[in-house]
Amino acid sequence: MTDKPNKDIDVHSGVETTGHEWDGIKELNNPLPRWWLYVWYATIAFSILWWILMPAWPALPGFQGNTQGYWKQSDRAQVAEEVGELQSARIENAQKLLNASLVDIEKTPELQQFALAMGESSFGDNCATCHGSGGTGSVGYPALADDVWLWGGSLDEIQETIAFGIRSTHDDTRYSEMPAFGRDGFISEEEIDDLVQKVLALSGKEFDPAAAARAEENFEMQCSSCHALDGKGDRLQGAPNLTDNEWLYGSSPAAIRETIYSARNSIMPHWNERLDEATIKALAVYVHTLGGGE
Amino acid sequence: MSSMQSRRVGGPDFSVVSVGLFSTLLAFITLFIASRALDPGMAFHAGLMTGAFVLGVIALVFWYSGLHGKEAFDPTRYDDGIVKAGVFASMFWGIAGLLVGVIIALQLTYPNLFYFDQYGFTNFGRLRPLHTSAVIFAFGGNVLLSSSFYVVQRTCRTRLAGGAWPWFVFWGYQLFIVVAATGYLMGITQSKEYAEPEWYADLWLTIVWVAYLFVFLGTLWKRKEPHIYVANWFYLSFIVTIAMLHIVNNLTIPISIFSSKSYIAMAGVQDALTQWWYGHNAVGFFLTTGFLAIMYYFIPKRVNRPVYSYRLSIVHFWSLIFIYIWAGPHHLHYTALPQWAQTLGMTFSLMLWMPSWGGMINGLMTLSGAWDKLRTDPVIRMMVLSLAFYGMSTFEGPLMSVRAVNSLSHYTEWGIGHVHSGALGWVGFISFGALYCMTQYVWKRERLYSNSLVEWHFWAATLGIVLYITSMWVAGIMEGLMWRSYNEFGFLEYSFVETVEAKHIAYIIRSLGGVLYLGGAIVMAYNLWRTARGDTRISELNDAERAALNNPEKSATDAAAQPAE
Repeated sequence: MTDKPNKDIDVHSGVETTGHEWDGIKELNNPLPRWWLYVWYATIAFSILWWILMPAWPALPGFQGNTQGYWKQSDRAQVAEEVGELQSARIENAQKLLNASLVDIEKTPELQQFALAMGESSFGDNCATCHGSGGTGSVGYPALADDVWLWGGSLDEIQETIAFGIRSTHDDTRYSEMPAFGRDGFISEEEIDDLVQKVLALSGKEFDPAAAARAEENFEMQCSSCHALDGKGDRLQGAPNLTDNEWLYGSSPAAIRETIYSARNSIMPHWNERLDEATIKALAVYVHTLGGGE
Repeated sequence: MSSMQSRRVGGPDFSVVSVGLFSTLLAFITLFIASRALDPGMAFHAGLMTGAFVLGVIALVFWYSGLHGKEAFDPTRYDDGIVKAGVFASMFWGIAGLLVGVIIALQLTYPNLFYFDQYGFTNFGRLRPLHTSAVIFAFGGNVLLSSSFYVVQRTCRTRLAGGAWPWFVFWGYQLFIVVAATGYLMGITQSKEYAEPEWYADLWLTIVWVAYLFVFLGTLWKRKEPHIYVANWFYLSFIVTIAMLHIVNNLTIPISIFSSKSYIAMAGVQDALTQWWYGHNAVGFFLTTGFLAIMYYFIPKRVNRPVYSYRLSIVHFWSLIFIYIWAGPHHLHYTALPQWAQTLGMTFSLMLWMPSWGGMINGLMTLSGAWDKLRTDPVIRMMVLSLAFYGMSTFEGPLMSVRAVNSLSHYTEWGIGHVHSGALGWVGFISFGALYCMTQYVWKRERLYSNSLVEWHFWAATLGIVLYITSMWVAGIMEGLMWRSYNEFGFLEYSFVETVEAKHIAYIIRSLGGVLYLGGAIVMAYNLWRTARGDTRISELNDAERAALNNPEKSATDAAAQPAE
């Protein structure tokens, strides 16, 4: 394989070179390392065996589609089987959830345990994105672990909120709409500034008494029909309690002003078309036990 | 030796004229597109390219007329200017790419601190391709470009072919990098991993790449050695295959030639498979065969020993390039890709293990008879450690391609750890080795400015890699196990966000590893700069040099007594 055999021997190793040289670099004529070759052969042998055992080659003569392999292994069949196993492991308990009332589920230890496991798992996948893991909430997304509820914190009320959502596209959704008082020109900019002071006063924060006094009339006319005269809100309309110092969009004057000016009217989707009934019940129980269930 | 420099005869140099005319034509085309651009991104990029072509033509004219008829491309000398430019470009892009890597690592570690919603270009989704492209294509690409120009000239004993065209390739490639990078920051992307640049950038890269191929082939063609050295086989396989991969994976239809937006010709799983055929072979033919070419020249050169086995280099070269091209489907295990294709992807990856290791064996065994140099030359140690990381990641790769292993490792941080052991360990260290060597050689320095700074670089970078890959292994296997763990009732034990939270400490360690690696690269850039200037660190002078320094008069007479070179 060299043009000048046996001419050039490397002094250190005693191995002959190929006789070529590039910029001072030569090449030894060492054979392939045996172990290297045999391991390579082994990987090739294993691969051929694997092609026989598993679906491997398309369009071989005598085959419809690809080869199915001696084992006839199929990912799709395997997934279907594993999902089936999981479902059958859950189905008995899930059936019990369907048949029991929410109150009974919470009272029966084994049912409650199952519902909490199911609810926690579903909450992590579906709810935590907005409400935070553990239901801690964030700006615009209510905390579920406290005892402040916009639409009610009983088991049944929670279930209804999950199933039909808030301002969702479902016909049975919970619905209310706070007007955008500033944007839609119901009241003037100055009146809104005064109302901000009134709202601050209601929740016991530092406020301007003169401005709050000027806002009394507007509060009565514009706000009290939903938030009540004392500002304690109305759950039937999802109108927040303004006196409890719990804030969905922040308590700074600027945040309150923006709420009055543009309104918020955030949306929660309805889940009854995405989650089955047992899961929704489990979620209701789970949310109810987070800290503030009524 | 100006008397030996031949005067130009006949008309102006053909390559200068052709590069000048071609660039002028491109300037008009891009100006036309810029004037009718449908979106600001296209207007900016077409305008940027016009400016670059105009500047290029002006520079060419000034340079050429400044020669006053002297031979522009002296065939008796190597073209080392382009290698010097490539060393600078490599260090610049390398540090930029590593810096962006550290930034996005910190974004993942402290999302609340490093999230600036008012500055869209700082979003992780835009900075991540900036990081990957900067380190792979800008840093790695410039190392390959400059080292291939260095190696092919010396192993063919001839000047680069093509006259001014190698410079067209160099500056054209930098222009591609700038267009791609600014595109990412503006949100221009075709959303294909490692192939994010849009159609016009792809088209421009194709032009540059074909010019590169012709320069390389032309140099091989006029070689003064009877045989083609193994490093050049590897460089050639890299250039040819990257051209093929790039063109096929970027078959897109722009919505208008005045728009930056295009749609990929293929759809669904066919597009996915094409993408990973490209993606995996970018690893194979950009990050493996290209850098093996570097290894095949610089290791035997630096240790001054013959390559261990010619036969092994032939067998592992052909088996590597034949088998690599089939392994892509292992990126799509347990997806819509038909199962038979997954089986093939996995088995070809297993058969690839030994062909990959052939390069490691040949490199390591080349040191036999010179192992002592590991102690005395930290540059050699760096290149040897790069081979160790190469061996490790080319074992890990086939392991992760096994479907049962992949079902745990896929989509986890393990994959990130794997690519970084290859990228930081293998590609990074062999590149650093080549850059240390080339800087010393093309600036004709007896040694580097400081060996102890190379030691600092070596240990900081090595520690950085170890922190990086171990933290990602732990994080990856942990989250893989968390994702698949079920509780006693048959429900998933952890939500996704819990698995993210669990990785926080690993993310901190990873960021620290990245900082160390970046720090090492900065030390290196300083060392190379001083080496290029011809400095030697005072504390590393030998006795004679120290004496000369203390007694400049005597050294001047000594130098005068030396015969001129």
